[in-house]
Amino acid sequence: MNQSFILRGVRPYGDDPVDIVVADGVIRQITAAGAAFADGAEVQEANGLIALPGLVDLHTHLREPGREDAETVETGSQAAALGGYTAVFAMANTFPVADTAGVVEQVWRLGQESGLVDVHPVGAVTVGLGGTQLAELGAMAGSAAQVRVFSDDGKCVSDAVLMRRALEYVKAFDGVIAQHAQEPRLTENAQMNESPLSGVLGLTGWPAVAEESIIARDVLLAHHVGSRLHVCHVSTAGSVDIVRWAKARGINVTAEVTPHHLLLTEELVRSYDPVYKVNPPLRSADDVAALWEGLADGTIDIVATDHAPHALEDKDCEWGAASFGMLGLQTALSVVVETMVRTGRLDWRGVAERMSAAPARIGQAHDHGQPLEVGSVANIVLVDADARWVVEADLLASKSHNTPYAGMELPARVEHVLKRGRFTVRNGMVDR
Amino acid sequence: MRHLLSAADLDSATAQLILDTAAELATVTDRSVKKLPTLRGRTVVNLFFEDSTRTRISFEMAAKRLSADVINFAAKGSSVSKGESLKDTALTLEAMGADAVVIRHSASGAPHRLANAGWIGGTVVNAGDGTHEHPTQALLDAYTIRRHLRGGKGDLDGLRVTIVGDVLHSRVARSNVLLLSILGADVTLVGPPTLLPTGIDSWPCKVSYDIDEVIPGTDALMMLRVQLERMQAAYFPSAREYSRAYGLDRERMVKLPDHAIVMHPGPMNRGMEISAEVADSDRAVMVEQVANGVSVRMAVLYLLLGGSGEAIATAEKSGGRAA
Amino acid sequence: MSKVVLDDADIGRAITRISHEILERNKGSEDLILLGIPTRGFPLAKRIAATIERIESAPVEVGSLDITLYRDDLRLRPARPLEATSIPAAGIDGRVVVLVDDVLYSGRTIRAALDAISDIGRPRAVQLAVLVDRGHRELPIRPDFVGKNLPTSHGEQVRVALREFDGTDEVTLLDAPEGTA
Repeated sequence: MNQSFILRGVRPYGDDPVDIVVADGVIRQITAAGAAFADGAEVQEANGLIALPGLVDLHTHLREPGREDAETVETGSQAAALGGYTAVFAMANTFPVADTAGVVEQVWRLGQESGLVDVHPVGAVTVGLGGTQLAELGAMAGSAAQVRVFSDDGKCVSDAVLMRRALEYVKAFDGVIAQHAQEPRLTENAQMNESPLSGVLGLTGWPAVAEESIIARDVLLAHHVGSRLHVCHVSTAGSVDIVRWAKARGINVTAEVTPHHLLLTEELVRSYDPVYKVNPPLRSADDVAALWEGLADGTIDIVATDHAPHALEDKDCEWGAASFGMLGLQTALSVVVETMVRTGRLDWRGVAERMSAAPARIGQAHDHGQPLEVGSVANIVLVDADARWVVEADLLASKSHNTPYAGMELPARVEHVLKRGRFTVRNGMVDR
Repeated sequence: MRHLLSAADLDSATAQLILDTAAELATVTDRSVKKLPTLRGRTVVNLFFEDSTRTRISFEMAAKRLSADVINFAAKGSSVSKGESLKDTALTLEAMGADAVVIRHSASGAPHRLANAGWIGGTVVNAGDGTHEHPTQALLDAYTIRRHLRGGKGDLDGLRVTIVGDVLHSRVARSNVLLLSILGADVTLVGPPTLLPTGIDSWPCKVSYDIDEVIPGTDALMMLRVQLERMQAAYFPSAREYSRAYGLDRERMVKLPDHAIVMHPGPMNRGMEISAEVADSDRAVMVEQVANGVSVRMAVLYLLLGGSGEAIATAEKSGGRAA
Repeated sequence: MSKVVLDDADIGRAITRISHEILERNKGSEDLILLGIPTRGFPLAKRIAATIERIESAPVEVGSLDITLYRDDLRLRPARPLEATSIPAAGIDGRVVVLVDDVLYSGRTIRAALDAISDIGRPRAVQLAVLVDRGHRELPIRPDFVGKNLPTSHGEQVRVALREFDGTDEVTLLDAPEGTA
């Protein structure tokens, strides 16, 4: 069904207001504000709203199959759409693990049925995330899901030889390995950042060196075999330094940072409230500052949510028994605006690059992250940059409630989202 | 103060109030009727997720001496063996009308969760949480030191206390460093670098790797239990090397000042951190520590439960959410 | 408005008279043990004991009995700090205990003291000496030895000052603040 819309008075990348005409799934026309006119087109008043290409999340956990009590592809897609996303990459640590063409196709199909966002399944690097045997990466790449991003996220591909082989193998179909950098022996039973605070709180520490040493090894491996590497959730100042060093030498590495690592520090762990328990852990203020700098100067290429829903019983308990992870899809843009835009570290074009264009490029979701110009696929998010809203855990679309921002007031609200020229979110609500 | 979760929640005046109260309550042991009516009608639950006969009995005696009803709940359900969850156990106890829950748990922060998650309305006393704290142990240690070295009155200003052993995994060490320095003592921690936590330079104490250097200037020497399993995780190469470098034997003991006492929170690894000879010597006050534990725990229960609540004013440390 | 109802000379005479009355009633000081109820009951007990020792030329045992843990109103206020309890080594079994307190009012303190005594031992008899009886008993308790009977109204306050704590010996009656019964 062809539908056309006129988005009236929007400000692409924060520039001066224009009208954008969308038809047949693409941007048909861009005119001066108020000037657009098209037969049969529905007008959406959007005065002053910032227009960005639809956001793309390269790192999210949809929990289906296996933990539908925490999240499903459908509920996760709702959270994503409400967060301004038009595409998400669903990590492979499901039950069963997404290490075969069969499982990735199942996830892909669930995404198609839901239709709110394009769901790109991520394939596991090793069978069962066991870290010892390569999964059928080629089969997954060739499946209907067309997997290009592979990750054992949740676990680290710690065996150096296996990581080397994986990096080499995916060159055949231009895939990328996304590493969850965590040296397992240095982080046995780790609960929080290793620091004076962990010593005081009596919680086993997760030292920065456990992340940095793996990244250092992997960038050298990637360089050696001439392959692409993506580093998940960079969390320490040292990691930023290593990625910067690698890029300066022309090594083909990309890196992501989560919204929570841009805003929150380990001080929150004093309360022993497991809503703050996450992997990699919340770090120090110095680490946060280095992450801002890295995201601003492009050392860190993208923001990725690592949206990790957990059922109530996995968080409503003592710290040691709780699962790692925080929600992120619905609050990501607001947190980025709070930490990077309002502070002048990043402008709206920067946000578009970090949250849409670059992740689309890395994940090869070619229909997404396209610039807001005539001919581009109409994946668009319209944001009220001046709005403020209070996060209420029970009102989020996710099936789970483990958001660290409950009760916080955040800036910027997603008003409308179009995926391939059709509204998925209208006036801040899911619209099918 | 409704709960006793951490030694850090006490200031010097409050700590001394607890010790003074314990001194008065200690006389109950000498009476023929070893009971006081003060907590009659109150229910104290010992919620022990970790085995500890010694501490549990101590709390049980303390509560019963004050005429409280005691329920012992030996719970299973750690992060390893998923039995009934802490939350469900707590809700059950609340439904049964527990006025106070004395909790020992292997997860650091479990008492904080119990006190703040809204599952129970009563008082929470931390009887040891993971490697975090064991506040009543520190209180009984301070009481013991005060009795021997300060005539049982006042604070511990200027007293030199040395704590030796596996500080990294010791909740007793953490609570003692906090409480002893609040009471004015000079604390030194001794152990191999592998058994001292990150950031220990920011703790209110000195650090040394050399026990022989510290012993002559020590008024109270506290030896901590060192588990042989730590050897497997490469914290030290062998039991022999550890006890040679850090163990308290007779040779080291005689280098202590004449008035100095030797303490141990128990249970002891005779031959590892402390020789049998030292453990049985006159200087060793471990048996007295146990007796003092009952008086101190009586004082804590009385001050938290004996009145209308909020008996003790403290500096509450809150770990609130980001603004 | 306040009025001194006993000055230091009055207090001295009252203590002397009470001491004589105790000896008369008990036909001497054998088997006597004086237990003062802190705070001010204890110095009073010591003074009475000193007086009795002077009269009889024989020592009399004195101790203190803190009754905080036996109060019937514990749950109405936050937990109170304890005062010192010190019972002479020979104990109280079979002896005559004379409880000493500064002011007798509702009688609840003495009720608590009787409960405390019964947990410590079994005296042959318990007698009660007070410096001031201000009336308004709420329990069937009566003193054996009284320094001064002082009729008061509920709102009034009886303030006892003793050298040992307050630097001076004086009993003052203070008016009820405006608006109280």
